[in-house]
Amino acid sequence: MVTISSNLLYTAFILYLIATVFFAGSIKDKNRTKKGPNRWAAIGLWISIIGFAAQLGYFITRWIAAGHAPVSNLFEFTTFFGMSLVGAFIVIYLIYKTPILGVFTLPVAVLMIAYASMFPREVSPLIPALQSDWLHIHVTTAAVGQAILAVSFAAGLIYLVKSVDQTKQSKQRFWLEAVMFGLVCTLGFIIISSSFSASGYKAEFNWIDKNGQEDVLEYHLPALTGPHEGQLITEGKLEPLAEMPAIINAKKLNTVIWSLASGVILYLALRLILRKRIGAALQPLAKNINLDLVDEIAYRSVLIGFPVFTLGALIFAMIWAQIAWTRFWGWDPKEVWALITFLFYAAYLHLRLSKGWHGEKSAWLAVIGFIIIMFNLVAVNLVIAGLHSYAGS
Amino acid sequence: MKKQRLVMRTVILLVLGAAVAYTLYANFTKDKIQKVAVGEKAPDFVLTDMDGNKHRLSDYEGQGVFLNFWGTWCKPCEKEMPYMNNQYKQFKDEGVQVLAVNVGETDLAVNKFSERYDLAFPIVIDKDSQVQSAYGINPLPATFLIDKDGKVVKYITGEMTEETIKNYMEQIKP
Amino acid sequence: MKEVKCDCGHVNPIGTILCESCGKVLEEKEKDKKLLDMRYEGSARRSQTYNKTIIDKIWNFFSSVKVGVWLIVITLIASAVGTILPQEMYIPPIMPAEEYYEDQYGWIGKLYYDLGFHNLYSSWWYLILIASIGISLVICSLDRVVPLYRALKKQKVSRHESYLQRQRVFGASQPEDTDKAFTMAKEKLKSKKYSIREENGNILAEKGRFSRWGPYVNHVGLIIFLIGGMLRFVPGMYVDKILWIREGETKVIPETNGEYYLKNDGFILEMYDKEKDKEVFGEAIDKAGMVAKNYQSNVTLYKKQGDTVAGEEADLKKVKDYEIKVNKPLKFENFALYQVDYKLNELNKMSFALTNKKTGEEYGDLTVDLNHPQDEYDLGNGYKAEVVSYFPDFEFDENGEPVTKSRIPNNPAFVFKMFTPDKPDGEISFVAIRQTIEPFGDNEYKMAFKGIDTKNVSALTVRKDLTLWIIALGGVIFMIGVAQGSYWNHRRVWLRRVNGEVWVAGHTNKNWHGLKREIETALDGTGIMMPEDQLQNQSEKKG
Repeated sequence: MVTISSNLLYTAFILYLIATVFFAGSIKDKNRTKKGPNRWAAIGLWISIIGFAAQLGYFITRWIAAGHAPVSNLFEFTTFFGMSLVGAFIVIYLIYKTPILGVFTLPVAVLMIAYASMFPREVSPLIPALQSDWLHIHVTTAAVGQAILAVSFAAGLIYLVKSVDQTKQSKQRFWLEAVMFGLVCTLGFIIISSSFSASGYKAEFNWIDKNGQEDVLEYHLPALTGPHEGQLITEGKLEPLAEMPAIINAKKLNTVIWSLASGVILYLALRLILRKRIGAALQPLAKNINLDLVDEIAYRSVLIGFPVFTLGALIFAMIWAQIAWTRFWGWDPKEVWALITFLFYAAYLHLRLSKGWHGEKSAWLAVIGFIIIMFNLVAVNLVIAGLHSYAGS
Repeated sequence: MKKQRLVMRTVILLVLGAAVAYTLYANFTKDKIQKVAVGEKAPDFVLTDMDGNKHRLSDYEGQGVFLNFWGTWCKPCEKEMPYMNNQYKQFKDEGVQVLAVNVGETDLAVNKFSERYDLAFPIVIDKDSQVQSAYGINPLPATFLIDKDGKVVKYITGEMTEETIKNYMEQIKP
Repeated sequence: MKEVKCDCGHVNPIGTILCESCGKVLEEKEKDKKLLDMRYEGSARRSQTYNKTIIDKIWNFFSSVKVGVWLIVITLIASAVGTILPQEMYIPPIMPAEEYYEDQYGWIGKLYYDLGFHNLYSSWWYLILIASIGISLVICSLDRVVPLYRALKKQKVSRHESYLQRQRVFGASQPEDTDKAFTMAKEKLKSKKYSIREENGNILAEKGRFSRWGPYVNHVGLIIFLIGGMLRFVPGMYVDKILWIREGETKVIPETNGEYYLKNDGFILEMYDKEKDKEVFGEAIDKAGMVAKNYQSNVTLYKKQGDTVAGEEADLKKVKDYEIKVNKPLKFENFALYQVDYKLNELNKMSFALTNKKTGEEYGDLTVDLNHPQDEYDLGNGYKAEVVSYFPDFEFDENGEPVTKSRIPNNPAFVFKMFTPDKPDGEISFVAIRQTIEPFGDNEYKMAFKGIDTKNVSALTVRKDLTLWIIALGGVIFMIGVAQGSYWNHRRVWLRRVNGEVWVAGHTNKNWHGLKREIETALDGTGIMMPEDQLQNQSEKKG
């Protein structure tokens, strides 16, 4: 069952990639008729739907195998997020019929699933706090809400790719490129981690933690930053270039450095091949899109996603917290970041409704909103450990 | 119309302001809130002392009661015990009763402690924490001064000197 | 300043931008704009003209959405700062917070502590931020909902030409048969669930107006939620106590006024087992070593009968047996008891044997109940052991005297006096775990350690929260309001005859795509042309 499940996930992953190509193709297609999407886009849509179905299959089979909804650790959650993103895309595509949305949404979903698979993938049993029906009610609703909000990020990005002037130096051009660089770094992280893990790289260190306890730490990437008083015990592996004090998590820092470094290399390579900024290279894709329509897609995604997010990530979360942790709100970092996300999108809606922040301003906000969501997913789990930290590992 | 609007706005702002002020006030006094407040009637209890005599707080009405909660491991409690003992001897004929409530230790430990300091006042043990729960005790030592009408006059946490103990007993002398 | 009378005869309040009745532009500034700003229907939402008294100034400050957004943004940033380092309530109680932050995080930790960020969410300024958002919610809503309600209530069917022309969706055309076209369009709009109003042959089709109240409904929900949060501070509304209870022990449940008692019938800790549990978990269990499966306290709840005062032996009547697990609290009246912590194998009993040190011969065993030790243990035949001192949680103080740190038998130690027929005066021996001291030189006898008996201790949180229903009510109303405002749209379509032409204009508060599709189907076959999206045309010309 678990094997079937992971094969289905793999299938979905490949299908999403193919669908992206078709959506991109539909834009390049010269003989597109005036109205409505063309055949390329129709095929792209079908492939996305099949991919989504495959991933749904992964979800269901894994649920059966584990006996609980597969949303209990970082791998499962992030994969589910990716799936919801595709689901949200399909729904919004059916309303607006804009192939370019696929070109931006599906790669984000693909990145998300690839990123998820960097975490431990085995089916893990539920600790007592998670043994509740609220696990799947709360987590899935929150993830679906976030995924719908992520569609507004994709739409915002399309808006910016089209509207930011690539010929003049400007803050907008710089930051748009920075967002692109961030996406490339994620890709860099995935490539570097999966290649080293495929080659089975493992280096163990004896080290002293901040309480003066001796411990063993296992690196899966060559150590550039070594742990405090670390001694390499696996032979023939790279000696660290620098040793970190005990309060810094040298292993995580090492991963960050590797991701950045591979991101830089990948980015430079892309610049060499494309001979222009990534933003500029993407611009032709957005040539035929109507800015107002993209703006509306971004806004509607927020409108649809915001209530779902609030329900899942705050209201259901509070109900469950009252049952499992004795209080509905306890200022745990994850809770606080859900509140921050809520406040941010509340600000977005107020700015839009009352201050008339449409178009480009609104698009930037959608991008920032997604960065907050990602921060809550990645950093809060891995860096600011709180009660939710069992979601990672 | 104009006047009406001003009155309306003033009222709404006052209500909101009062709510905020109350919340802030409550938030900063919440740690200080005592279960048994000064001026209230001290909750009644019955506990048995080391000789098997029952002590009911309400039976001491007409006398001042110096109600002390303590534990053998608590250093400040230990330090103030001899002072209390001395002052008890002075004041017991003037109508001040000392009740020392141990917070549920073993008879053995309490007996040994009492023998060591030769304590004259009755020592009772609150085995299942009922009395501590009723008085909301935390941390030790905690002392309630109860007047002749059974009302709490003062609540003291932390160590007392012999001088202050004397003053307190003076306060609740009937 | 006086009220503004429009050409159509309607009298509008001061500051009105678009006439409530006919929609004519009243504000000079707005007159040159190609498209109307339709926010709040152009109503007089805030009369800055009343800005003379301090009350009006405060009012207008909180009435500004700009201020509201700033409050939200500041709160958002402040909340984020509070997650950089753990809050005080989450740090382990190994040392005072003051030292902990510096010890763990260096100067950053010290700064964090000094700035008071270790308790950020209960700091006075954070509370004031939240309270200001609450005030802003009340005032902003009041200032907008009333004029908006007026404007929507007073709107006429025949809107002014300038109003229609400057709608985002607008078009003029000449169908062959205007009357027939109107009838057809009317039927189609009706089938799309529009409510139709007619006046002088003009049509106003409107639907989903209630979605305009969504924001105000959700604000009401939020205000109720905040009131619930505020009531938490009222004494008696909220209880948060912890109850440590040993197996076999019966204790009064704090804050129940001595009404309820709880007996711990046993604590159970289960771990996942590779052999017994699902096979798929094998790999994860191997990796983690141990994974907890269940924390459970089996308890019996008792209610006190009759009137007794504290300390008196209470007459207890069993209410129920219950298995308290994580996610499965025991509820009674307004209270709930939660499984939150445990301590395994707390020492309960210790056994010794009075032994002759040379021969090793034993003269009888004694078992000390560490929570109820006796004064002496008679072993018969003239052998007995007297407990001179007992230290449940023993350590040596700074003077080298044995003392106890607490009343919990974590590290019990005894001073025994051993009486034997050959030593009638007794020998003194100090016995602690893995340690024996003989203060008066060599003894002939010793208390040989025989074994221990342990018990588990459950920690249960005692919770009462009378604000929950208010919080829940606020949450429900908020969700209704948000859904109402997000998932329904307020759409209006105007059809007006102007000099033999048919003017069509449409407005929606959001989702123009949907509105245009509806107008398209409604006008299909009527001969009236589909109106243009003037905003989109503008931007297309630009880009």
